[in-house]
Amino acid sequence: MTELLQLVIGGLANGCIYGLVALGFVLIYKASEGVNFAQGDMMMLGAFIALGLGNSEQLGMPFAIAVPLAVVIMFGVGWGVERVIVRQLFGQPQFALVILTIALGFVFRFVAGSIWGYTPLVLETPFAGMNMRAGGIVISVADLIAIGVTLVLTVALWAFFAFTRIGLAAQAASQNQMAAYIVGVPVMRVNSLIWGLSGAVATVGGVLYATRGAIDPNIGLLGIKAFAAAVIGGLGSLPGALLGGLIIGIIEPVAGRYAPGEFAKMSPYIIMLLVLVTRPGGLFSQIQMKKV
Amino acid sequence: MRVVFKTSYDSDIDLHEHGADRLRTALLLGLMAILPFLVGDYYLAEATNTLIWALAGMGLMIAVGHTGQVSLGHAAFLAIGAYTDAALMNAGLPFYLALPAAGLAAGLFGALIAIPAVRMSGIYLAIATLAVFVIVEELVIMLEPITGGVGGIMAPSITLFGVSFDRYAALTNFYWLVLGIVALVTWGYANLMRSPTGRSFLAVRDSEVSARALGINVTRTRALAFGLSSGVTGLAGALMGHFIGFFNYELFSVIISINLLLVVTIGGLGSIQGAFLGAILITGMPQLIAILRDGVNANFGIDLGGIPGLDTMVFSMILIGFIIFEPAGLYGRWRKIRVWLETFPLARRDMFRRHKTYLKTERMK
Repeated sequence: MTELLQLVIGGLANGCIYGLVALGFVLIYKASEGVNFAQGDMMMLGAFIALGLGNSEQLGMPFAIAVPLAVVIMFGVGWGVERVIVRQLFGQPQFALVILTIALGFVFRFVAGSIWGYTPLVLETPFAGMNMRAGGIVISVADLIAIGVTLVLTVALWAFFAFTRIGLAAQAASQNQMAAYIVGVPVMRVNSLIWGLSGAVATVGGVLYATRGAIDPNIGLLGIKAFAAAVIGGLGSLPGALLGGLIIGIIEPVAGRYAPGEFAKMSPYIIMLLVLVTRPGGLFSQIQMKKV
Repeated sequence: MRVVFKTSYDSDIDLHEHGADRLRTALLLGLMAILPFLVGDYYLAEATNTLIWALAGMGLMIAVGHTGQVSLGHAAFLAIGAYTDAALMNAGLPFYLALPAAGLAAGLFGALIAIPAVRMSGIYLAIATLAVFVIVEELVIMLEPITGGVGGIMAPSITLFGVSFDRYAALTNFYWLVLGIVALVTWGYANLMRSPTGRSFLAVRDSEVSARALGINVTRTRALAFGLSSGVTGLAGALMGHFIGFFNYELFSVIISINLLLVVTIGGLGSIQGAFLGAILITGMPQLIAILRDGVNANFGIDLGGIPGLDTMVFSMILIGFIIFEPAGLYGRWRKIRVWLETFPLARRDMFRRHKTYLKTERMK
């Protein structure tokens, strides 16, 4: 029982990171109905920028400065990517963005690989190796922080879309671009902002990931799993993304413990396919049948 | 500019618009047939590889280019084709039975996935295929008795009616075999696209709502297109297995899926020619990069070989460039050049103006 609990808590923290990357997907999907397949690589890049700023053998800034600075830089990267590249696709079919972002992911991976190399690196944190004990369970501080930060961010983003003017404008821009233009929503600017935001969220996810283990340029592939999380929750729903992330995060280690190894790797995708078949819109479905 | 005088309604859907067109195809086919006498073994092997990639590209083109279903997991169907073919031939079946069986297995599997998947709209299908790809990859490792697991499997050499088609010992024969299969599939594909079935693919791609209003069963059409697409890709997978000789699951990585997508996008979505142009680019580019790299190294003393991942980077940049500046791909560009030449000096800039669509969502919350 303690073993299971231990697995679940580790899974929760992992799931929060999946959830954060999934939030990035959802942000962009909510605002522009596009899917950013480079989200995982943005997470990776964010983590590496934080590492490059913070680690003592690199720039050596204090952790509390390096991380916010990395978030700001990645906000700029996200903004810039939208402004310079993605905007060119305005008015093209959806899948053009899919292919473009896959290619962008490779570019990010190449950039990170040529700056920081392909050997795994560890991010230095003030709370590395700190643990708490409750009963027979060991909880690392990094896990607790991951869970806490994720909850706060999800609520904040949800509030942003539900209550602020810009959040509402972003939703309007995705529901009907033309109509949003007509009523005066600056669709392009809103898109840039959302891409910046998703870059920032990805960085937070990346830093949290890096606090729990070593990173290398290929951790961006985690994006595929986070993607499954976003789909399970229903692309377009922020709480759904978090829930999807948690489901995957918990199922994975549990399946790894009690089922053959390959099954654990397949489990996120099997769950995703099951959800897609039974509820094509995800758990928090937002799709309605198109009527003519 | 050529004026084609049509004397019957039927000639609207002729495979070749006019005699010169037919002659060009015949010349190309003839040139391809005598290629073994013109080039050495190395380039012949490259040409074979290109043809196999073109076959796989045609498979994906049916789904992406002609039915508008993006698949990010077509490497899975390559794998299914390759493993089915190799396993059946290792079990003693002749090639002429194993190859169709490989195509059939991949096609049936594709259609099976497609039936639930096609109810999803574009982006969800892309994700579902990605998931299927990961699952197939793991399944390949799990089914060790058939697939050889991590260790890999050997594709036996082909012998048909006493003639060897071995990839190394009789490369010329193998090339002709591949060429024959590719030509047959191309012919079938071109004919499919002028049949009612092919037209319904296009209708579903361009507007699902209008297609439904015209009485097309959208779900069935999509499932059929996806099944055909994976079947053709399965054939390519079987040939790829024979071409490589010995392979394991790593041959069919997610990079292969992406490369396939590259083939159809850069080649030109919605054109059979595009699959071939894309295949030429994707198989020729690594060679070109290698030659350029050596040139840079020899002339400027800069060793680019030391930078890992440069090839992928160059591919990605090319892809980004095409998506932004020429979404119609190489074939689309060629068509523009041809029209410009044919109508010279009357061509105008806006003749190919892109038509923009504004986004509307199906989400109501």
